[in-house]
Amino acid sequence: MDKAVNVRDIIKKNIKSKKNVTEKIMPKVFLLSASISILTTVGIVMTLIFDSYRFFSKVPLREVFSTRLAPLNANPSFGILPLINGTILTSLIAMCVAIPVGLTAAMYLSEFASEKRRKTLKPIMEVLAGIPTIVYGFFAYSFVTPLLMRIIPSLGAKNALSPGIVMGIMIIPMVASLSEDAMSSVPNSMREGAFALGATKLEVTFKVVIPAAISGIVASFVLAISRAIGETMIVTIGSGSSKNFTFDITESMQTMTAYIVEFTSGDAGIGTTGYYSLYAVGLILFLFTLVMNLIAQYISHKYREEY
Amino acid sequence: MLTNGGNMQSKVVYSVENLNLWYGNDQALRDINLKIEKNEVTAIIGPSGCGKSTFIKTLNRMVDNIPIVRTSGKIFYHGTDIFDKSVRLEELRTTVGMVFQKPNPFPKSIFENVVYGPKIHGIRNKKQLMQIAEESLKSAALWDEVKDRLNDNAYGLSGGQQQRLCIARSLAIQPDVLLMDEPTSALDPIATNKIEELIDELKNNYTIAIVTHSMQQAARISDKTAFFLMGELIEFGDTKKIFTTPEDKRTEDYITGRFG
Ligand SMILES: Nc1ncnc2c1ncn2[C@@H]1O[C@H](COP(=O)(O)OP(=O)(O)OP(=O)(O)O)[C@@H](O)[C@H]1O
Ligand SMILES: [Mg+2]
Repeated sequence: MDKAVNVRDIIKKNIKSKKNVTEKIMPKVFLLSASISILTTVGIVMTLIFDSYRFFSKVPLREVFSTRLAPLNANPSFGILPLINGTILTSLIAMCVAIPVGLTAAMYLSEFASEKRRKTLKPIMEVLAGIPTIVYGFFAYSFVTPLLMRIIPSLGAKNALSPGIVMGIMIIPMVASLSEDAMSSVPNSMREGAFALGATKLEVTFKVVIPAAISGIVASFVLAISRAIGETMIVTIGSGSSKNFTFDITESMQTMTAYIVEFTSGDAGIGTTGYYSLYAVGLILFLFTLVMNLIAQYISHKYREEY
Repeated sequence: MLTNGGNMQSKVVYSVENLNLWYGNDQALRDINLKIEKNEVTAIIGPSGCGKSTFIKTLNRMVDNIPIVRTSGKIFYHGTDIFDKSVRLEELRTTVGMVFQKPNPFPKSIFENVVYGPKIHGIRNKKQLMQIAEESLKSAALWDEVKDRLNDNAYGLSGGQQQRLCIARSLAIQPDVLLMDEPTSALDPIATNKIEELIDELKNNYTIAIVTHSMQQAARISDKTAFFLMGELIEFGDTKKIFTTPEDKRTEDYITGRFG
């Protein structure tokens, strides 16, 4: 028989040799890593603000909030409303696709699919989220637009509708996956309570599970909108660069992101008003997504402790 | 078809005949035969894992929610076999209410909790709903405590109040039977006492089956007692007799706490 291990002695010996220095230095390294991301964020936001300021000091606000966008005209005008309009319309189209499909998919996965089916379907759906957006953009331009042209003959080769729809398809997995998480974290005892009152499966889903998971579901919508607003490639390829202010979704329109792509790929000389307009658009875009993310956080915090 | 009429003269509410139940390949209930009579409290006792919950969840077919469950045998409820294809689950469950071990109110207001059942079954009239809520909360001995805060979230109530709210919620659809699965196991003695008094009161209007781990509780509140052991019904009869002169040695061992 071996002698009993004297744990106490071993600990005593080891605890002395533990490097106090490492214990002290490592947290500083961690802090440094954390600071890098915070500092770059601050740096980017500062740049946005300073260079936007130059833009706003050159261009009167009345012009900024006008519908005429003609940056390269002999008589240039920097109205941002066409871009905001293009961004909001394409995002709205995307949400019209992503919310109903994403939510019903989440309902199916969480409430109706068997455990086995859920385990195979969810990862497959999440692969959809991993497809590069340039592929989606190409898909919108070369497949969805021609397809839609058969239904709407007047549809332009570049239009807001097709990239809007494709962007919606792209964010379906995000809505479905986050909503599904929210719904499956509703305790089963709540479903049982409703079943025991004679509720049908649909009634349980709509009148117990969804209300109980509503904060997570709405947060997923808001995050998806924020994603659509910031999306670039799909709208650049699919919707083109027309700077008209229009509500006709069969026409080409430009989003804020696509405007930045167009200008950074060549035309804006450093120091020109057009160059600084990029920063102004960037700042507004940043504010849009920031507000969306804050709303999402607020919603999911506010209702967290309900059950 | 699951009406209270027809066989009303007969005192038998449930007649369970040769009931077997399997979870996959594991048999959880073996050849159960018993009758539950009107306006009686039937206590279901037995060691953990013996199938008590499974049994009462079969009475309102809540076990149907578990995909791997298979059953054989018959359960007649007022003369109709509840496994018959013509029986609608939702209809059965509106006449057989259930209260669970852990209080499980919905994350809604107290009022919305109580009227949840009436609402999904088509009652929309505000005045009627208010009346139902008041009656149900009174029957569940909760009205006085919550009448001024009906619109507060149910999760602000204490555990015992939540459980009485769940009872009120079941009563709101005016069932005929109440199934209770260890309704007091999450509660302190005072709240337990309240629920026990309530059960005594409720049995005038309802037929009650209650699972309990407390021998004293079974002895105090029930008229009949069923003792389960490893999926079998070992003994069933008048509570007085089971607790004084049980026929089976295993019953005696269990109720006297000599069970291994
Ligand atoms: N969903 C399920 N899937 C598989 N087996 C189950 C399931 N629920 C219960 N069982 C099994 O069935 C048997 C009876 O369980 P049941 O929950 O009815 O016991 P119980 O008497 O209520 O126990 P307790 O007093 O601990 O609540 C146990 O062996 C249990 O493991
Ligand atoms: Mg149990």
